[in-house]
Amino acid sequence: MEIILSIAIGVMTSCGVWLILRPRTYQVIIGLSLLSYAVNLFIFGVGGVKTNVPPILSGNGADGVLADPVPQALVLTAIVIGFATTALFLVVLLASRGLTGTDHVDGRGDKR
Amino acid sequence: MNGWSHHLIVAPILIPVVAAAILLFIEERQRVTKAMVSLASALLLLAVAFILFRIESGPNGYEGVYLLGNWAAPFGVVLVLDGLSALMLLLTALVAVAALVYSLARWHGMGSHFHSMFQLLLMGVNGAFLTGDLFNLFVFFEVMLAASYGLLLHGSGQLRVKAGLHYIAVNLAAALLFLIGVSLIYGTAGTLNMADLAARIPDMEADRRMLMEAGAGVLGIAFLIKAGMWPLCFWLPTAYSAAAAPVAGVFAILSKLGIYVILRLTMLLFDSGPSAGFGSTVLLYGGMATLIFGTIGVLASQALGRLAGFSVLVSSGTLLMVLGINDGAVSSGALLYLVSSTLTISAFFMLIELVERSQDAGANVLAVTMEAYGDADEDEPEEGDGVTMPGTMAILGTCFAMCGILLSGLPPLSGFIAKFAMLSAMMGTGAIGVPPTAAVWALIILVILSGVAALISMTRVGIRTFWTSLEGVVPRVLVIEIVPVMFLLGITLLLTVQANSAMQYMDTTIRTLSNPSLYIDAVRNATVVPGVDSDAGEGD
Repeated sequence: MEIILSIAIGVMTSCGVWLILRPRTYQVIIGLSLLSYAVNLFIFGVGGVKTNVPPILSGNGADGVLADPVPQALVLTAIVIGFATTALFLVVLLASRGLTGTDHVDGRGDKR
Repeated sequence: MNGWSHHLIVAPILIPVVAAAILLFIEERQRVTKAMVSLASALLLLAVAFILFRIESGPNGYEGVYLLGNWAAPFGVVLVLDGLSALMLLLTALVAVAALVYSLARWHGMGSHFHSMFQLLLMGVNGAFLTGDLFNLFVFFEVMLAASYGLLLHGSGQLRVKAGLHYIAVNLAAALLFLIGVSLIYGTAGTLNMADLAARIPDMEADRRMLMEAGAGVLGIAFLIKAGMWPLCFWLPTAYSAAAAPVAGVFAILSKLGIYVILRLTMLLFDSGPSAGFGSTVLLYGGMATLIFGTIGVLASQALGRLAGFSVLVSSGTLLMVLGINDGAVSSGALLYLVSSTLTISAFFMLIELVERSQDAGANVLAVTMEAYGDADEDEPEEGDGVTMPGTMAILGTCFAMCGILLSGLPPLSGFIAKFAMLSAMMGTGAIGVPPTAAVWALIILVILSGVAALISMTRVGIRTFWTSLEGVVPRVLVIEIVPVMFLLGITLLLTVQANSAMQYMDTTIRTLSNPSLYIDAVRNATVVPGVDSDAGEGD
């Protein structure tokens, strides 16, 4: 489980980093989305990966088996904020496309 | 601080958010009503910030812990008011009032929702200054950033959209780094409360602490992007010079927000114990690189907007270097420098637009071919109406000269006093009393050189603008536009006259900051209001 999760985070991060370094705005926004997925999974992961465990102390809590609820709360906030800012970025991207007529991040076509 | 005045701590967050909500319901056409609501909120904020500042500068220090939702410290979210945050709140409110009044002349009508975004920006900034919780810091930071995206694009145009695209992409990436840092810290320390975290660091095992430091490093990068440390700063001059004048004026506080968080966290977490001095080398040399880059940029700038943008970098670089030295006496000088340079740069950004009205667009970029254009561009779009300022050029010139003096750190204004306080402490005549090392000498030379560069650039631009201007086109400047600039510069004058008490305040602030146990105890011992919920505090 941990291996799968970490590989998933790693693959998404590397794809995301590669994409945000590309010159097209569309690639940048996909890269940012991938990165934010990776980060969200990462936040989820720092609480420890557990299966079939409630996020609350059960019984007297002596067995100490619980999934940490705080990262789950954090990731929820991060998802909402990331979604909102990505949507905003999309609007600016479209405005830039409309004003410059190109989807290059610098607003002018690439010379190479 | 007791009774009702205790609740004042939360007011700097509540006032702007309520104002922003009200503003959303008022139609865009009712511009005067919107302006009045916004201005009332800003003035109220100034009053609250001033009261909080008075309380903090009084004899009792840490009494400003506010438990949101009445939950005890490590479980609930706290707001903490201390000398540093009170100072930053006051600075924010001053800059905000000036920028808002300035915007009323014309800028607030150049697009929709200017006032709402402005208020939300203030809410985010104030919240970030007050919060005692890392994740809440993220939330306030994002509120501030989201508002700043809108404000940067205010007025639209190709240049702004392009700069805005870069600004948003960079800041989104920074926000992701912020999240990685915060979650690493939570994963290793098990807490996000800054005071609780500081208390737990000494007891951490070595391998966990290493991960925690990695998290803090990643977190730091997010703030260094905001503060504009080289090589994370290339977006800054473009974005700030593309922004509308009042927006750029208030953006001057945003880069100081990055500095504030770094100062707060290094003083709190890495002051003593096993992790002491973490990151100070990076700050020292990063600050030097920033200062060099900023100085070259200031010298190379043809357009005034970029000159101001690079001045932001110079200011950030100086402050980061000082944080890298991490010495009490130098830091208190640096706090004064922070206040003085923020006021100056904010005033300068607003002044630039007024000065540039007398020139045709792009004249500064093509200074050599200026004669070829003549007075072709006399009909600038002027939408504002109101009282025009008499003796415009004289007043603009005086303000410009003051900005030059403040930026280059010449006597008699507060820029000089702040730099003097820093440099004398660095040279060992201050509190350290030890001869400076090679790094500190390099630093002293860099600070002085950056002042010289600012002087050269400002003189060059000043001569070109005020003495050799071609047809003598006097720009039409409204009272409402020049008064905010004069207001901000007037505060630097006040800071000069009251330098002694200002330095005392900075000294006290730094001394309290360098004793993190005060902060930790204040937060940990904050008691919930009794009789509401007897078992509050079992929430984790």
